[in-house]
Amino acid sequence: MEDVAIIGVGIHPFGRFGAKSAIDMGAEAIRGALVDAGAEWKDVQVAFGGSFEVDNPDAVTSRLGLTGIPFMDVYNGCATAATAMKLTADSIRSGQYDIGVAVGMDKHPAGAFTSDPVDYAAPSWYGEIGHFLTTKFFAMKINRYMYDYGISHQTLARVAAKNYRNGVLNPNAFRRKPISEDEILGSRMLNYPLTHYMFCTPDEGAAAVVMCRADLARNYTSKPIYLRATTLQTRRFGAFEVHASWAAIEQDHAPTVYASRAAYEMAGIGPSDVDVIQLQDTDAGAEVIHMAENGFCSDGDQERLIAEGATEIDGTMPVNTDGGLIANGEPIGASGLRQVHELVHQLRGTAGERQVPGSPKVGYAQLYGAPGTAGVSILSI
Amino acid sequence: MSQIAFAPDVFTWPDDEPRLIGGRCTQCSAIVFPKPPSCARCGSVDIERHLLASTGTLWTFTTQGFLPKEPYLGGETNETFVPFGVGIVELGDEVRVESRLTENDPGKLMFGMPMELVIIPLRANADGSDVMTFAFAPVAAPGADSTNGNSNGNSNSVGGH
Repeated sequence: MEDVAIIGVGIHPFGRFGAKSAIDMGAEAIRGALVDAGAEWKDVQVAFGGSFEVDNPDAVTSRLGLTGIPFMDVYNGCATAATAMKLTADSIRSGQYDIGVAVGMDKHPAGAFTSDPVDYAAPSWYGEIGHFLTTKFFAMKINRYMYDYGISHQTLARVAAKNYRNGVLNPNAFRRKPISEDEILGSRMLNYPLTHYMFCTPDEGAAAVVMCRADLARNYTSKPIYLRATTLQTRRFGAFEVHASWAAIEQDHAPTVYASRAAYEMAGIGPSDVDVIQLQDTDAGAEVIHMAENGFCSDGDQERLIAEGATEIDGTMPVNTDGGLIANGEPIGASGLRQVHELVHQLRGTAGERQVPGSPKVGYAQLYGAPGTAGVSILSI
Repeated sequence: MSQIAFAPDVFTWPDDEPRLIGGRCTQCSAIVFPKPPSCARCGSVDIERHLLASTGTLWTFTTQGFLPKEPYLGGETNETFVPFGVGIVELGDEVRVESRLTENDPGKLMFGMPMELVIIPLRANADGSDVMTFAFAPVAAPGADSTNGNSNGNSNSVGGH
């Protein structure tokens, strides 16, 4: 199996961009990633494109050059970008292709996501009675978690305030204004215990990653970033999951736990080896829970670690250094590639004001989405 | 005024003591709600109707603080919407069920508190009929006035095991 290196990353800022199409944002992200890699579109042999709103992300080829390459369109909820990453990497690992692109793009209307619950194997009436909302699931999960492990409301506010603060330092972020813990706690209660400013919001944006066979990477860049693991897992019976009218009494772990374990095994490292972390912070509570689900601490330790500043940029386990979903919003197809974009800059030492001190060597990214799918990527210099 | 169920095959209302209708896999015994076409644990298509307990305990909860988008059919507008409670209620040792709660004040909801099934109006149709859905209510403390008429202690375990 071939090793895979990331040689270029590109991003179209996240936010609101009027009439500009998701396809045009995707084309900009790919162009940016190619310039970063010192490669040209005609060099690219395979691509995977993810989106929720765009039926055929491969339409981006008409903006870049109709070269005839295999370009596969993927969708996997909030784990869509992890899917594009894994498939592109696996295509290169298999030896079939030398160089490939993973791209994600989206342009969501404002407000919570909605679909037909029947398409999630939920009952047809599930939405009619007001249950078909991801936000209330996240609220129920963190509420129980706070009860079980002694996490306070203040900790949720600290997480959100930290991510807004990091967003101020990120020119590509959607929310670039600091918000105080008091303002976060005092904002409208959307789903107890989660307030308005504790949630991310669907928005617009694109991101792209150029990968190649590791032994070819130095033809393109003096500082390749190696992709040590890409995993994706769906929920098992017993996991407490989103969009479900019932849950089993005998609980199994969330899919993130399995995706994380598999990724550490594939990379041959453990959580203590990771220097910079990107977690799915659909809401402040999700970041708290995902710290433990990805092995970075024990359940309940977050209360002390977050108060001590461990997850700040200069802390012992920096989390969501670019502001995460809370400051960037979530264009579903692009969200996980934004995480990889940030990790690559952190590992290269080019993250500017957000740079984690001490020359970080290993980066970790996790996505989680409906109806219970998690993806993990591990990168290293 | 007439009342109709919001969906068929979800509960046994208008029985006197309504129960939620779950499904039990005859192969692996997994119990889920509502009765599914096949088993989420083993994939078997051999699922039998299984009535769930009408009382349980509150495993977790939240509030729905904003008006849900379509396909919500609660009939409210942004002006008339009142936040409602949502929770996961553990029914014996069989299954946890997601349900609307009659209590929307998180200060009055407690982990592990006893809950009981009630049938409540979801909305009124144009013809004046009420569309009825299921919810769980905190069980009234002993001695308090119970209006749900479901406190006679008869477990009536139809389909139980």
